[in-house]
Amino acid sequence: MFDKLIDAVTNMKENEALSLTQELLDNNADPVQLLDACTRAMEIVGKKFESGVYFLPELMMAGEILKQISGKVKPMIQDQAEGEKVGRVIMGTVLGDIHDIGKDIVIFLLEVNGFEVYDIGIDVPPEKFVAEIKAFKPQVVGMSGLLTLAFDSMKDTVTAISDAGLREDVKIIIGGGQMSDKISAYAGADACAKDAMDGINIIKEWTRKV
Amino acid sequence: MITLKTIVSNKDTSVTIGGNGPTIMIGERINPTGKKKLADALRKGDMDAVKAEAKAQIAAGAQILDVNVVTEDVNEMDILPRAIAAILEVADIPLCIDVNNPNALKKALDLYPGKALVNSVSAEKRSLEEVLPLVKEYNAAVIGLALDDDGIPKTAEKRLEIACRIIDAAKAIGIPKEDIIIDSLSLALGSDDQAAAVTLDSVRMINEALGVNQTLGASNVSFGLPNRIEVNKAFLPLAISAGVTCPTVNPLHVGATIMATDLILGRDRFSMRYITDYRNRNSS
Repeated sequence: MFDKLIDAVTNMKENEALSLTQELLDNNADPVQLLDACTRAMEIVGKKFESGVYFLPELMMAGEILKQISGKVKPMIQDQAEGEKVGRVIMGTVLGDIHDIGKDIVIFLLEVNGFEVYDIGIDVPPEKFVAEIKAFKPQVVGMSGLLTLAFDSMKDTVTAISDAGLREDVKIIIGGGQMSDKISAYAGADACAKDAMDGINIIKEWTRKV
Repeated sequence: MITLKTIVSNKDTSVTIGGNGPTIMIGERINPTGKKKLADALRKGDMDAVKAEAKAQIAAGAQILDVNVVTEDVNEMDILPRAIAAILEVADIPLCIDVNNPNALKKALDLYPGKALVNSVSAEKRSLEEVLPLVKEYNAAVIGLALDDDGIPKTAEKRLEIACRIIDAAKAIGIPKEDIIIDSLSLALGSDDQAAAVTLDSVRMINEALGVNQTLGASNVSFGLPNRIEVNKAFLPLAISAGVTCPTVNPLHVGATIMATDLILGRDRFSMRYITDYRNRNSS
């Protein structure tokens, strides 16, 4: 049954995936196992996207199916510890840049992967990043930007985070069309995501509980 | 509605956008984002690639060329003026000066010989304050992006309202309405399947309410999709029919589609433009 569900999600069969979920729940399937199956499905979709077999809308569609499934399943596991979030992430587009498509895709994918994500918006000044990090206490800070002027904004943001004495508390990842490992090093971040899935994988690696 | 006329020029050539005339293609190719070769050439200060892109786009029907040199390790203040000079060497065509840095814009406008098109101003407070005075000082035209300090609005109504705000701010310092070209912003269908529908609604509403010329970065809609050119080709006729008069495009890919669209809309007497474009494409 779980295999059938994974199959339905990876093939974007929305109705089938939802009715299978309902069937599983009606037959007292373990909700945690069910969500695990969904996570596996999402990994398959992610891999197919990375290798160029699947396209961006399919990544979004699989995410949407997952959201609906977890909407059905979550009420049943609220009392269980497994419902806990796997990590806390703050995401924002840096000062001077207003592009939000990439940021929003990553947030969406982080959420369906079980992260608690706080979106602090676009054109975010360094001092706002610092204030929000103090309040939200994330493990990971994601800085997004498409324009080249974002390079300096990212550097300024990392400097502000260091100056506030918070640099040791967070991992910092950057992402966006023109970003590279070189820019990541220039800004003083910890990593650069090549695309949305790469970002999710890096953040998962960082927050994996040992 | 028949739009106002926006006239841009370089030293010897002027181009009229709107007034029920033909669709004017703004060539998008001189932009290093996502083009490794061009980015490398710009870093070295080598302008041959820029000249080649200019010639190819003009041959494919571009009547205005967008010039953007912004990428990693390129000093806009130095390279933008050089790129503009290089294009003017090979091409008799008005330019759309696409910048991040207002100081680089000032430098570019200083050396530009005609009425430039500036890309761009938005309704963000800082942008209005920095860019509009330069547009006024140099008697340029400007592309106004339908976004403000709150970002890109989700609704067409809000984008129209922002377009009004940009036009009002321009008017307040003496820039006439016909020198404003609005960009309703086309976003990726790949992440929001309603994105293009909202953009087309916005174009239609701005056309009816304001009658100004309009552009769109039309290639954005297909981001993340397979066979992008087909999506772009389907989008452009709809955008032009809704009120876009000077789309920002790759003319090598969609030039013929745009010529055909104008012909269908009754803007090409005896199909002369379409046929000439056909012969150009098949002789080169």
